[in-house]
Amino acid sequence: MMLGRVRPGLFRQDQITLILLVLLVLALSVAPLVRLVGEAIAPGGTFSTAALQRAWNSPIVWVALRNSLETSFGATILAMMFGGVVALAVTLTDLRARNAFVFVFVMPLIIAPQVMALAWLQISGPSSALLNLLGLAPPLGTKNPLYSREGIILLLAVEYSPLVFLTLRAGLRALPRELIEAGLASGASKFTVVRTIILPLMTPSLVAGMALVFVSCLGNFGVPAFLGIPGNYLTLPTLIYQRLSGLGPGVLSEVAVLSMFIGSIAIIGILVQDIMLRRRDFRVATTSIAARAFELGRWRLPVEITLWAVTLFVVIMPILGLLATALVPAYGVPLNAKSATSQNFAYVIFEHAASRRALVNSFTLSAVAALIVTGISVLLAYFLVWRKSALLRWLSIAAEMPYALPGVVLSIACILLFLKPLPVLGFSIYNTVWILLIAYLARFLVLGLRPVISGYHQMDRAIEEAAQVAGAGFLRRLVTIILPVVAPVAAAGAILVFLTAFNELTLSALLWSSGTETLGVVVFSFEQGGESTAAAAVSILTILVTIGLALSTLLFHHKLPQGVLPWRD
Amino acid sequence: MARLTIEALSKYFGDQAALKNVSMQVEDGEFVAVLGPSGCGKTTMLRLVAGFDAVSEGKIAIGDRIVSGPGTHLPPEERRMGIVFQSYALWPHMDVEENVAYALKVQKVATVERAARVARALETVGLTSFRNRRPASLSGGQRQRVALARCLAMQPEIVLLDEPLANLDVHLRASMEDEFATFHKRTGTTMFYITHDQAEAMALADRIAVMDHGRILQFAPPSQLYREPANETVARFIGAGMILPGKLAGEPANGRVAVDILGHRAVIRCGPDHGAQGPVKICVRAQDLAVDRQASDPLSARLRRLVYQGGHFQADLLLENAENLPLALTLPEPCEVAPGDLLPIVLRDGWVVPQTDVLA
Repeated sequence: MMLGRVRPGLFRQDQITLILLVLLVLALSVAPLVRLVGEAIAPGGTFSTAALQRAWNSPIVWVALRNSLETSFGATILAMMFGGVVALAVTLTDLRARNAFVFVFVMPLIIAPQVMALAWLQISGPSSALLNLLGLAPPLGTKNPLYSREGIILLLAVEYSPLVFLTLRAGLRALPRELIEAGLASGASKFTVVRTIILPLMTPSLVAGMALVFVSCLGNFGVPAFLGIPGNYLTLPTLIYQRLSGLGPGVLSEVAVLSMFIGSIAIIGILVQDIMLRRRDFRVATTSIAARAFELGRWRLPVEITLWAVTLFVVIMPILGLLATALVPAYGVPLNAKSATSQNFAYVIFEHAASRRALVNSFTLSAVAALIVTGISVLLAYFLVWRKSALLRWLSIAAEMPYALPGVVLSIACILLFLKPLPVLGFSIYNTVWILLIAYLARFLVLGLRPVISGYHQMDRAIEEAAQVAGAGFLRRLVTIILPVVAPVAAAGAILVFLTAFNELTLSALLWSSGTETLGVVVFSFEQGGESTAAAAVSILTILVTIGLALSTLLFHHKLPQGVLPWRD
Repeated sequence: MARLTIEALSKYFGDQAALKNVSMQVEDGEFVAVLGPSGCGKTTMLRLVAGFDAVSEGKIAIGDRIVSGPGTHLPPEERRMGIVFQSYALWPHMDVEENVAYALKVQKVATVERAARVARALETVGLTSFRNRRPASLSGGQRQRVALARCLAMQPEIVLLDEPLANLDVHLRASMEDEFATFHKRTGTTMFYITHDQAEAMALADRIAVMDHGRILQFAPPSQLYREPANETVARFIGAGMILPGKLAGEPANGRVAVDILGHRAVIRCGPDHGAQGPVKICVRAQDLAVDRQASDPLSARLRRLVYQGGHFQADLLLENAENLPLALTLPEPCEVAPGDLLPIVLRDGWVVPQTDVLA
């Protein structure tokens, strides 16, 4: 059946906008991945399984695969336990100073994984002041124990426990208090209620959190790059990195196959989650009131002290160790009033050319990416939330892909797509800053999109319709009505994008070139070159910027829907 | 001219028909209410008239201008209608004055005239002193008044009202009803009012269209709807009508006819052209029924429950005859009967429902 057409032959502003958005998402999210799959099965345009076979028959690929799975599974289990227990304690009981605790606990999520790894290295090696104080330091000259499979698992778990915490906490908040109260009224103890009612009903959140952590661990580059490469313990992302940086674009079809490999495992992880959740009905009738906190009574203080102590040890101590390294003139020199110096900071900010460039590059790239992503998000979310259609559902899945898949997959896909000169324009953006920008846009689009979508969901569509009735066209409504109302969530999204891009290493490690270094790349090469104090100084700078920006959102956080900012409780 | 014409209008969502072949005409300056339960299609109709959705079949015209029809769809921003939304839909980032002035700014009304029209509109709804307040700091009634002022300032040809009182407290509704009635009288604007509340519709509208299942069941002035429902559904819906089975027992004359209801004889109202013989449906209301111990052939009903309603009781009864039909009537206080008593009931008035039912 034909619906009435709108003034035939004339495109309206909103239709033109939608067409442009579709093309943009296709170009950013779909084109690179299609190119990647094409390269893996048909390198150079002709179908061939040679690259596939080469990877299949290569023992080192299987070792890397095993390492990837070992570390991902290990870290997932550890993160589930740590994040899960903390989420239960923080959400269900009457702990005090919850906001401050949540802020500290989720910090690893916004601090770069490689920075966290570097920080942990400072407090765990033979020269660790802390371990020496306790008499636990390994003898001088031995290897840092973190350069191992166990070290990688530990760091990945620290990094991603907040993910479990956040998903479980969101689930617990949606749990109707009546279900808990009915359990208590039937005579069950609090512990029994947690075990028999709360945890079973939290299966969806737990499974979702588990899948999220697994896929994140699988794609993580920073931790195995810092902790695995020195001990020659390679995972798939670091193997891809080594191949590509050692041999150059000649091995592209081989690394394309490896990326497909890791992408497929990630997709299996997501599918398993989907299947597990479909088997049972976990729907609960929701009420708006959150459950009353379980009173810990005389256990309150001990529980609070334990949680704070563990979290401070896991998050803050390593950062202090990092700070200590950044403040001494040479690695291994103990920090005291006499040895403290700011020369490392001066060195990375003013003297070292690549590091100086990286500061500018990372700031500019992140800011530009945040602005563009926010612009796209405000428009795209408008259509996704208010103009539902099958096409738009596919479009939103497409926009999620580059973020859901491991970062190396997108990096390799971008190299493949942009290595050759662009059609029509006739020049290549490979080895320029533009390939980084495009990769950032593709990968971080959904980070900006999600908050804006939740903002639209909270908005009464009638306010747009009222403007429409008043005679305002699409662009005018967008500027005068919608933009002012979604501004806070758009700003939150922009900050999320900026922070993530500012701290990122996975994309730039494969896409950088001389002149387009990012902060992540600089930290990595300082550390690889043995300049630990410089690496620490750059890391401290990124931490300061990150935490400063995260704190700045407290100025307008009351205008945001719950759950938009991970660090805000 | 702002006559609203709706002709053979249908709307499908997938293969679900939300509106089926609906036609109605709202005269210039008329206040029409569309009344029906949720899901009856009234909101769909409003969205089609406003232009938020495209029609599937049929057409909508404002005056002589077709705004929706096969191959035409004028977007809402070009229809020049005012809408009062259920959620008020005030723009939270603008103050009261800016909310009211927005449409005028969009339509490029000159600054001086704009200020005058905004001031007049705010004065009419009594919100002049609130002009610099944000919507968030206003009460529900005040917000709805701002929404009304926004319409007023636009001077639209037609105002659509989408359940404007549904979010308000009961005691606020009466004063807002008054506000709408005044608005209508002052401006003479055609008003198209969607509601599920029949008291609201009756109080405000010149004519009411009763809708159910995507069709219009009856479109008539309120008193006609109440006194002369066209079919069983309307009879039951409006004023809690009861339907009794009966037989015509004489020739209609002067709009009245003798009927036989389960052995009880009564003379009640009927349509002028009612000629049908045999079984008919009869609509009665609580106040049409009375207890009469002298009656020779009363309906015999057992009292099940008395509900005190302040000054009088509502009595729920069951007819003793085969049908076991429920009846309700009001009894004055004091009341000497008790649940379980058998009461003789007579009809003082009633209405022969002309059509059996349109919803087959």
